[in-house]
Amino acid sequence: MLAAFLQYLFSGLTVGATYALAALGFSIIYNASGVINFAQGEFIMLGGMSAAVLVTAGIPLPFAILLAVGIAGLAGLLVEKLAIEPARNAEVVTLIIITIGASLFIRGLVQVFLGKDTHSLPPFGGETPIAFLGATLLPQSVWVLGITLVVVAVLGWFFGRTLLGKAMLATSHNKLAAQLVGINTRMILLLSFGLSGVLGAVGGIIVAPITYTSYDAGIMLGLKGFVAATLGGLGSGVGAIVGGLLLGIVEAMTAGYISSAYKDAMPFVLILLILFFLPRGLFGAKVTERV
Amino acid sequence: MTMLAVNNLSKTFGGVKAVQGVSFVIKEGTIHSVIGPNGAGKTTLFNLITGVYEPTEGEIVFNGENVAGRAPNELARRGMSRTFQNLQICMNMSAIENVMVGAHLRLNQGMFAGMLRLPGLRRADVACRHEAAELMRFVGVGKYLASHASQMPYGALKRLEIARALAAKPKVLLLDEPAAGLNHTETAEIDALIQKVAESGVTVVLVEHDMKLVMNLSDHILVLDYGKKLAEGTAQEVRANPDVIAAYLGASA
Amino acid sequence: MKTLASRYYGLVALAVVMALLPLALPNAFYYDVAIRIAINAIVVIGLNLLIGYTGQISLGHAGFFGLGAYASAILATHFNWPAPVALAVGAVATGLLAFAVARPILKLKGHYVAMATLGLGIIISIVITNEAKYTGGPDGIAVPAFSLFGLDIAGEKMWYGVVAALLVLVTWFALNLIDAPAGRALQAIHGSEIAAKVVGVDTTRFKVRAFVLSAVLASIMGSLTAHYVGFVTPGLAGFFHSIELVTMVVIGGMASVFGSIIGAALLTMLPQVLSAFEGWETVIFGAILMLTMIFLPRGLVPTLRLRLGKERT
Repeated sequence: MLAAFLQYLFSGLTVGATYALAALGFSIIYNASGVINFAQGEFIMLGGMSAAVLVTAGIPLPFAILLAVGIAGLAGLLVEKLAIEPARNAEVVTLIIITIGASLFIRGLVQVFLGKDTHSLPPFGGETPIAFLGATLLPQSVWVLGITLVVVAVLGWFFGRTLLGKAMLATSHNKLAAQLVGINTRMILLLSFGLSGVLGAVGGIIVAPITYTSYDAGIMLGLKGFVAATLGGLGSGVGAIVGGLLLGIVEAMTAGYISSAYKDAMPFVLILLILFFLPRGLFGAKVTERV
Repeated sequence: MTMLAVNNLSKTFGGVKAVQGVSFVIKEGTIHSVIGPNGAGKTTLFNLITGVYEPTEGEIVFNGENVAGRAPNELARRGMSRTFQNLQICMNMSAIENVMVGAHLRLNQGMFAGMLRLPGLRRADVACRHEAAELMRFVGVGKYLASHASQMPYGALKRLEIARALAAKPKVLLLDEPAAGLNHTETAEIDALIQKVAESGVTVVLVEHDMKLVMNLSDHILVLDYGKKLAEGTAQEVRANPDVIAAYLGASA
Repeated sequence: MKTLASRYYGLVALAVVMALLPLALPNAFYYDVAIRIAINAIVVIGLNLLIGYTGQISLGHAGFFGLGAYASAILATHFNWPAPVALAVGAVATGLLAFAVARPILKLKGHYVAMATLGLGIIISIVITNEAKYTGGPDGIAVPAFSLFGLDIAGEKMWYGVVAALLVLVTWFALNLIDAPAGRALQAIHGSEIAAKVVGVDTTRFKVRAFVLSAVLASIMGSLTAHYVGFVTPGLAGFFHSIELVTMVVIGGMASVFGSIIGAALLTMLPQVLSAFEGWETVIFGAILMLTMIFLPRGLVPTLRLRLGKERT
């Protein structure tokens, strides 16, 4: 009983960590620009796929990871520079379509150059499952949670202590005011896309040893990351993390206790319920419109 | 007779008491102004009366009925019309269509009647277009009859919004800072327009900062400060009131 | 300025084009493309009503299309119901679902509406994929011909006649609606919802009506598609189909009835063009989406109207 529950909890937290990182990526970009970046899922996929391909080509794992993260970060910068910036004054629907176009573009390129096969990464350290209160925990899960914690801590330090991080926060609160105090908001936007690319890639890389990856892995991951971000309240960092972890757990519990066929539907049922009762998500800011 | 009466109206946002216990009466056919320093609660008061905000406390009696807490579209049905401080013009529509929307309640027969182009609806619509054109001329934007809203200058849009509000043939017209952003000439034109509107029988309530406009136009003035009623009376009475002077100019130590 | 008369020229032109087009279609394949264009155009006109005119984002509209398609498929195949009845039942069921979710969804702001409609569409497509007993799962099921009073609509020429007539009819309805008070109310909601409210528009009711209407229209076209193709698969309700529909709206022109038709035509023909570039379809589609939205954000028809208007003055 307990063993099964713990098993689902662990696997839920593991995949939830990826959702949390994806959700953070969504929130950072949303804060900087109000854009929902539907290409976020492809950043996750790029991280996993690039690392896998590099490792297969013979590059040692640590370097492969660094390179893969760099590639995804670069992809983020390019998407912002080439697709978002030229259209920055467009309507919401238009910007959403642009990011969807970007996601198709990236996915298509990966499909052409890297094929449709699934790839995997070797686990980071240790293959023997750890027994814990009757449940088995993969060592990779520990890596996932550990790395996610480190990333979140670094982000917390970045946004709280560094000038650049604070500038990004300022831009998200009031773009005009930020510009007036001399913050280069265009650079901030560029950076936020790059940062989201990096975050997504890390998420994709750390779970690749467990869930494998392929050219179309990004679609569902991206959508669920969006759900997680909305769940926690678009734009809230804490919300993104809580939303991601919660989503992962709910999904795992659904797969375990109800039906694995419907596990993919659960995040969307959850978000519909949440939005109906808490229109701004769990931690979203309450905004009143001034007329 | 009393057109609009507000009794002990209050609105609190979290910790901010935007409007506190305000009471006043507006007589039919008068021009009534609400003035006060920035942050005094004037627009909040307007938003309470027009149903944009729900009061925390108090009554709003319109034409003998307590309408506190009713939605804006229900108030429109009862004969209330308003304009906005931050222009709320539909920039995706033409100028005349903006005005025609004002007549929505008198015209609308629903989506299916619209799709089928029923003859009664068509005739009413054509009549509405003529009326809208008349209104645009009345408020002084006749030269924009064929224009799109996005092509019109700010001052013209402010007047277009008044035309839209008048299209509903309201009993009460609430104008939120109609002279904001206008130069002297344009303000004088607004002054004349508001007088024309009042002469046609509409009760006018306005929020304004332009003192010359207010003193010139108003039959009655209400002064707010920090969400509370500071003073009320005719232009002369309010001008001479020491509390009002202190609130605007600061009391000398 | 656009007057109703100038819009009617467009309607007449459309009717003429649709009537004369068969003369230019050499074989069944071309008829098929034309039929698919007409079907998509009708769905997109309805979707544009919601996105372009009322200003509400819907990223799950294929879900409604799929509901209609599968309602017809399941009722006709498993239960032997007559096709018109199945279509009507599908439309009513979709309408009820849309009505039930419309109010809570449309009260949400901006991106949250996108998320909610997205979620709804995906849930529908997952249910369709999983309930294989009725739906045939990922492989889908076959659908019998559409039979009305003993007469089968079969063959490309008959289907073309049916959908072409429908397209002209729906276009006429849409043009009428835009010029009616209800249509102006919808546009006003997009322009400034608070302004619409203070002139007396019950904005929630109008948004719900636009949502339900466009959902029912999608369902009806889904049912017809099921009978036309003779087969249904879960992809009809899928996320990608929803995106295709929104793209047709945006590329053709938001808040433009003829834009919807042009957008549907272009995007329906695109896969045919792209199939020449084996493997690269996704990349090219993505590139086209980005480029069109960056350089023609208003969509094709409104941009053309603007350019032509400027040249005349």
